[in-house]
Amino acid sequence: MQNQLMEILQEAKEQLKNAASMDATEELRIRFLGKKGRLTEILRSMGSLNEEDRKALGKQANDVRSEIEKLLEEKFLEMKLVQRAAKFKAEKIDVTEPGTVISLGTKHPITITIEEISRVFMNMGYQIAEGPEVETVFNNFDALNAGPNHPARDFSDTFYISEQILLRTQTSPVQIRTLMQQQPPIKVISPGRCFRCDTPDATHSPMFHQVEGLAVDEGISMADLKGTLSEFAREMFGSKVRTKFRPHHFPFTEPSAEVDVSCFKCGGSGCRVCKGSGWIEILGCGMVHPNVLKIGNVDTERFSGFAFGMGVERIAMLKYEIDDIRLFYENDMRFIQQFK
Amino acid sequence: MLVPISWLNNYIKIDEDIDAFCSRMIMSGSNIETVQTFGEGISGVIIGKILKIEKHPNADKLVVCQVDVGTETVQIVTGATNVFEGAYVPVVMAGGVLPGGIAIRKGKLRDVESDGMLCSAKELGIDDKVIPIAHKDGIFILDKAYTLGQDVMTALDFYEKTVEFEITPNRPDCLSMLGMAREAAAVFGGELTYPVTACLIEEGMASDYISVEIKKPELCRRYTARVVKDIKIAPSPWWLQKRLITAGMRPINNIVDVTNYVMLEYGQPIHAFDLRMIAGNKIVVDAAEPGQSFTTLDGTSRKLTGDMLLINDGEKAVAIAGIMGGLNSEILQDTTTTLIESANFNGDNIRSSSKKLGLRTEASARFEKGIDANLCAKACDRVCSLIEEIGAGKVVSGAVDAYLTIDAPKVTAIRTDRVNSLLGISLSTMEMESILHRLEMKTYSKDGIITVTPPTVRQDLSSEIDFVEEIARIYGYDNLPTTLPKSNLIAEKSGKQILRDLARDSLVALGMNEIQTYSFANPKGLDNLNIPDEGQLRNYVKLLNPLGEDSGMMRTSLAPNMMEVLGRNYSRNIAKVKAFEIGNVFLNFDVSPEDLPTESEFLSMAAYGDGETFFTLKGVLTELFIKLGVSDISFIPKENYPMYHFGRCASIVSDGAVLGIMGEVHPDVTDRYNIDTRVYNCELDLDKLYTLANIERLYSPLPKYPAVNRDIALLVSEDILVDSIEAIIRENAGTLLEKLQLFDVYRGKQVKEGHKSVAFTLTYRDVNKTLTDDEVVKVHQKVLDALRDRINAVLREV
Repeated sequence: MQNQLMEILQEAKEQLKNAASMDATEELRIRFLGKKGRLTEILRSMGSLNEEDRKALGKQANDVRSEIEKLLEEKFLEMKLVQRAAKFKAEKIDVTEPGTVISLGTKHPITITIEEISRVFMNMGYQIAEGPEVETVFNNFDALNAGPNHPARDFSDTFYISEQILLRTQTSPVQIRTLMQQQPPIKVISPGRCFRCDTPDATHSPMFHQVEGLAVDEGISMADLKGTLSEFAREMFGSKVRTKFRPHHFPFTEPSAEVDVSCFKCGGSGCRVCKGSGWIEILGCGMVHPNVLKIGNVDTERFSGFAFGMGVERIAMLKYEIDDIRLFYENDMRFIQQFK
Repeated sequence: MLVPISWLNNYIKIDEDIDAFCSRMIMSGSNIETVQTFGEGISGVIIGKILKIEKHPNADKLVVCQVDVGTETVQIVTGATNVFEGAYVPVVMAGGVLPGGIAIRKGKLRDVESDGMLCSAKELGIDDKVIPIAHKDGIFILDKAYTLGQDVMTALDFYEKTVEFEITPNRPDCLSMLGMAREAAAVFGGELTYPVTACLIEEGMASDYISVEIKKPELCRRYTARVVKDIKIAPSPWWLQKRLITAGMRPINNIVDVTNYVMLEYGQPIHAFDLRMIAGNKIVVDAAEPGQSFTTLDGTSRKLTGDMLLINDGEKAVAIAGIMGGLNSEILQDTTTTLIESANFNGDNIRSSSKKLGLRTEASARFEKGIDANLCAKACDRVCSLIEEIGAGKVVSGAVDAYLTIDAPKVTAIRTDRVNSLLGISLSTMEMESILHRLEMKTYSKDGIITVTPPTVRQDLSSEIDFVEEIARIYGYDNLPTTLPKSNLIAEKSGKQILRDLARDSLVALGMNEIQTYSFANPKGLDNLNIPDEGQLRNYVKLLNPLGEDSGMMRTSLAPNMMEVLGRNYSRNIAKVKAFEIGNVFLNFDVSPEDLPTESEFLSMAAYGDGETFFTLKGVLTELFIKLGVSDISFIPKENYPMYHFGRCASIVSDGAVLGIMGEVHPDVTDRYNIDTRVYNCELDLDKLYTLANIERLYSPLPKYPAVNRDIALLVSEDILVDSIEAIIRENAGTLLEKLQLFDVYRGKQVKEGHKSVAFTLTYRDVNKTLTDDEVVKVHQKVLDALRDRINAVLREV
């Protein structure tokens, strides 16, 4: 019987060595260790032996069993690796094929630009104020210190609904609404649509967007205006951007300025975007004219303020190097989806 | 305002180079648009004298000139007809270059050698608009004998730089050389040298020639008249012509040129009348008769209204005040005596007359912005002095000056601490006064108050803040510190802004692309959508002055613009579009002109292309409602809404209120937009939706006990809506029903005609314990019984 055991072990070793698949290995497990397997057969026949022999043989049989089990385990592991390798080989894909499209939508570039501008000012404590697109002549012109003969009031410049009602030409009427509703301290920006009688071409649009801002508080100075807009320019266009404040004239601010930023495309050395000058004009601003503050019953001796305004299309066009303003309103999906 | 640097140098010496000059002027508030350089890109053009002109042997329209250019005589073929022997002309020699990089070479014209070219004024870089009439065609015949062979631009003293300043409406005083010189003096320092206004010899008395009566003093504050006699009309000397040319005006003749010169110099419009034509030796400033016609010197007959101001003589009108003189009294070649008018007219009146007449001139443009009445006499004297200087006539002594109320200088007190606090600086009183002095202002200071008297030309300065600006811009914005406001406000978005952002972000995440379209509407848009002729949507807010008929209204719906965008994309072969717009519509416009229309925020959303169905669009909406926390929304079938497919349209309703509409767009509508595929569209009142939104979130505990799923397939009549089946299920299953999910709707072979099979998964769960079979069976059976009893639903094998 001892010999038989050794034979079984020998056989198992040889057959396992030759086994070439998971199934073949499983077959051998059953053949040698299964309920009707060779080893079980031998153990079953041990009943006829005396106790001493039975003990010795039992131990030997168990050794053989664990030896075979160990071999099987190794073989199974080996076969599993073989099987995996075969699976991987069979299921190989071309990873350079394109991904399945799960299309993300996109915001309109004007929205994206307004959100960026708003984010910068909100971080500086500016609320977002909104007002109607159809406005009163009072809010759009009179209250903003535009004289009765100001050329912007012309029929050729401004869309009118009636003598007293128009399509706002700027979002500054929102400043007036704010001043009439709220006492200082005030910090608001007003993004929105504006309208002027311009026939559409590459650089003109009868409808466009502005973001205007207003800060009114005790002790607000022109130095604060410079600091605020320089900070905005850096946040919006990059930390290296420099600003230049040029004196200008607007009816609703005094002193007034136009603001240029050093070209954020070329760094100021001159390129197509800045037309070689190294500077790009991005906004107008100034200290709120006392006549405007008075509209909101603000005590002009105690409070002062500044205001600024910028064209959203202009900033988006500069930033994305868009050369035709009409693209914003054609809404060709191939254009819109570039801003994903 | 075009300012030639050499002209400016007459009053103030500018040592800076042009770039430094421009940049410092810009930074002090005189913005510059362009700098034009005369003589730029010209080389090898010299003075020549035509010695002899012969016919070209082979061409009728050409002549052959022998031209002395100093060192040699060259032969030049030209087609010009104004050349003559003895004429001094500009000659481009072979190798010379004209503006625009045009290089001149020797060549043969019809077999005759030509060593170069004779030049026209235009070829020397002079704009057509300002070339003197005499030099408009043909070769530029020079006015006198210059040194032969000399560079022509040097000989003509024509190397000039002209700076174009952008003059803001508050600074009409800068529409003059002296005004710009005053600015330059403030920036660069130094005193202004004012022009000579005195004449050497005057004779007679102007009052013997003319009298002046102002009948409308509110429209004419001053009228100064002087007389010049023994005039010989001729071209102006070249220096004067050159000044006008480089400042953008066309030279006409000596008298007219002098009036234009002085207008440019002082900013005071001047008119010269032929005194022969002034009847009764008098000038009467009066309003026009309504309906009166008058022919201006451009030869146009113009109808006048009663509010327009006229310059009349003893019998008739001779000029429209401040706008244009009359043809009946203009300076002619044989004029011998002239009346020089230097007057001050009301700006608003000139503006309105000029607008009504559709006639805007250099004079009216200046008057309408407001001019200092104190300039009249000075400018008038300057005209006389210049006429004398160029020898064009003899000046009659004295002026007839009707000046009713004298324009006194305005005095303003400014507080130095106010100036400093507004600018964020700390200048001393002396420093501020020094800046004001540079602007020709007189000051007096005491106890931190500066009392300022600006020159009367500065009519824009009337309050403290105006002087704050003056001090700031001359001190230099660059020199102001940069600080931030001290206030520490925290910004928050409003509820509506938060919801709008959420809606937009959700739609984008769901694959929708945002569009933005004009707020204008074309009434044809609603026609295209089959919207009936009456009703709220046709109640437009109308523009009085639209750009065109197709944009004459404000939109009442976003759908027409959306369809247009879809149509445009479809025509550009874009196979699939998923788009949305968030924007205002303009409704309920009350006829009362004081009322603003209601602006409501709407969402418009549409899709076409492979895989897009009614239900994909509805799915996007459903997800949006979930994100905004709007529950209790139903989609109620809406038939016969003309924009949509009659079987595929729903009202979107919450608690009885209609929020919007969605559907498959009517095929007639898509046809009109040339879209050859199904389009799904919806429009939603966001302002209403926002009121239903709830974006607070409370956590519900995850279930501890298992759920039991039961799938059922029901055979029901086609007209039973899924919505109503679900309602019956929910009603009967009670709180044990955790979830109800439709997973199949089938119509076909195994289902009888007029019926459909609708399959659901019902998920039962008790949050407090494990459900027993009995409990599930009981409630599930109740559901099935109700479905059978109420809608004849037959349970199918799943």
